[in-house]
Amino acid sequence: MPKNETVARLGLDEYKYDFRTEDKPVFKAQKGLNEQVVRQISAHKEEPEWMLEFRLRALEIYYSKPMPTWGGDLSTLNLDEIYFYLRPQDRMERSWDDVPDDIKNTFERLGIPEAERSILAGVGAQFESEMVYHSLKEEWTAQGIIFESIEDGLKLYPEIFREYFATIVPPGDNKFAALNSAVWSGGSFVYIPKGVKVDIPLQAYFRVNAEQMGQFERTLIICDEGAQAHYIEGCTAPVYTTESFHSGVIEIVVKPNARFRYTTIQNWSSNMYNLVTQRAMVHENANMEWLDGNLGSKLTMKYPSCFLVGEGAHGEILSIAYAGDGQHQDTGGKVVHAAPNTTSMIVSKSISKGTGRSSYRGLCKVYEGAVGSKSNVECDALLMNETSRTDTYPYIEIDENQSSIGHEASVSKVGEEQLFYLMSRGLSEAEAMTMVVRGFIEPIAKELPLEYAIELNRLIELEMEGSVG
Amino acid sequence: MSEYLLEVRNLHARVEDGEESILNGVDLVVRAGELHALMGPNGSGKSTLAKVIAGHPSYEVTAGDVLLNGENILEMEPDERSRAGVFLAFQYPAEIPGVSISNFLRTAVNARRSEEEGDVGVLDFQRQLTEKLKLLRVDPSFAGRHVNDGFSGGEKKRNEILQMAMIEPLMAVLDETDSGLDIDALRIVSDGVNTLRRERPEMGVLMITHYKRILGYLEPDHVHVMLGGKIVQSGGPELADQLEEMGYDWLSEPEPQPVA
Repeated sequence: MPKNETVARLGLDEYKYDFRTEDKPVFKAQKGLNEQVVRQISAHKEEPEWMLEFRLRALEIYYSKPMPTWGGDLSTLNLDEIYFYLRPQDRMERSWDDVPDDIKNTFERLGIPEAERSILAGVGAQFESEMVYHSLKEEWTAQGIIFESIEDGLKLYPEIFREYFATIVPPGDNKFAALNSAVWSGGSFVYIPKGVKVDIPLQAYFRVNAEQMGQFERTLIICDEGAQAHYIEGCTAPVYTTESFHSGVIEIVVKPNARFRYTTIQNWSSNMYNLVTQRAMVHENANMEWLDGNLGSKLTMKYPSCFLVGEGAHGEILSIAYAGDGQHQDTGGKVVHAAPNTTSMIVSKSISKGTGRSSYRGLCKVYEGAVGSKSNVECDALLMNETSRTDTYPYIEIDENQSSIGHEASVSKVGEEQLFYLMSRGLSEAEAMTMVVRGFIEPIAKELPLEYAIELNRLIELEMEGSVG
Repeated sequence: MSEYLLEVRNLHARVEDGEESILNGVDLVVRAGELHALMGPNGSGKSTLAKVIAGHPSYEVTAGDVLLNGENILEMEPDERSRAGVFLAFQYPAEIPGVSISNFLRTAVNARRSEEEGDVGVLDFQRQLTEKLKLLRVDPSFAGRHVNDGFSGGEKKRNEILQMAMIEPLMAVLDETDSGLDIDALRIVSDGVNTLRRERPEMGVLMITHYKRILGYLEPDHVHVMLGGKIVQSGGPELADQLEEMGYDWLSEPEPQPVA
């Protein structure tokens, strides 16, 4: 059949893109957001009625909420100029030639394989590692583990999907959660069955295709009782898209006695506004860890959260933020103690270089009755230049006397004495700066999977080279 | 090729953008393999001399030369001087949190290897490091600790000597390496320096010290006394005894002595 031949020649995944145009309204990519766009998204994905209604209700909520004025500067974000939905075919019309040189250079310096560069630059559709994914998938399916795209999650597992979807981050939570709820597309659906321990990390990277690089990804993860897994999303290599706005929502349920870790490393290009809502509901004696690395984007506003709703629950947020020239990282975390004997820890390490600005914004809330709660927050900032800036906005709301809360903050510069000490051992100024910065983030970097830690180290080296005249 | 390993000629220096001159015409020569002790009261400029030789950015040289094997090093950045063979054991070593000593040493070793040589192999480095740890009788676990982070005074000085062992400098300047140490620590540090001198007899050492005590453990070939930013007296080890007996006052009207 001619159509399938064309599809095969383009190397496209037949299932995903083989839609029947006869049944649907003709799709036209358009800028700006309105009800029609939302309807098109839902129709294109062939969603059940309830999801369309959900999206439309979320759109109303989105319109009703004002733009936040705390946090970063969103005044230059022009939402009328953004495409809120693009099919993968639309993306592929762009070419490698349009990709900025500095992005291409970084790929080169980091040794990114050729095959991956086009995907990261948003001009490719598919990945060789799709093969890796498929073979791992067989193993996982045998154990009952579900790891699908969010769209397939809805299609193939409607009951469990509906049970949890939007229960952790409801559309009314904030303006951008509402936006995401209206226009979400791409993301992962993960279910780990009771008692199953997954040894190797589940990586969003395996499944990356043009759609996954989308701006409004939605991820839903359910880690059932006693299960254990680690999910990794993002990569240290720069990701370039002409779309300059990314607003994701990640919802995680960690059931009693389960352990889950979610690792993100983002290095969005410097035109990107990155606003993400990440939240985990942590039940009795369960353990949740967020590892959050923010290296790129023009502005990131992201506060991974742990809602400790079961007795004995534990939540941790380890966050690294790097703000170079013109960047603003407004990051941190939230912990909410809503049950007795819950514990939490936030460690935030931020680096500001040049005119970069990194802010720690965090919440520690302890409800009345959350007796025996313990929380500790440590936020450390490193300023590389006279012009760099760091701020700390800790919010602490404690309604329970029988709790123990600690907060420590430090700001340091790369000291002249440190630099001289290292240089007097033969290290160049750039090598010395790199060493100090690596040492600064070491407590968090050592938690990253090895290949990420290596790439992170190399990235820092590149940044430091650039910083020295 | 000069007969001197280190030659300091009429060196004048002050704090950058400062007014007062701290070094006022220092003259000093060290031959390969020699151990020189530099003594003097507080404020005489001893530590400043050490820092200026190493290239500390806070100081500016207003006159004079510093030559290493006949080559003027004053135009070189601190890292270039290090690669040329100068080593400064700090009086107050900086802390580098999050960086292990092993990692730090490997970077320092690699910094002086040429493009052709490439980085030192992982196994080779481990072997070298283990050897030096044994030589200096330092517990192997030391290498896993973070550079000077939470170290006692003695541990910091020990770390300096370990670096000296791995880097193998031509000319080592020890800035009050003995200050703040108890007898045991002093012995450990001295043993370390003596061991390294035995291993590499061509290394020159300029030891800056406030007290005579260390000279009992590290016997100098020459002793110099610094006062008011200049070397005012030089002699053999017996000069140190004289100073101990008579203090520094008898030197306050100095007559430059020829270098022994």
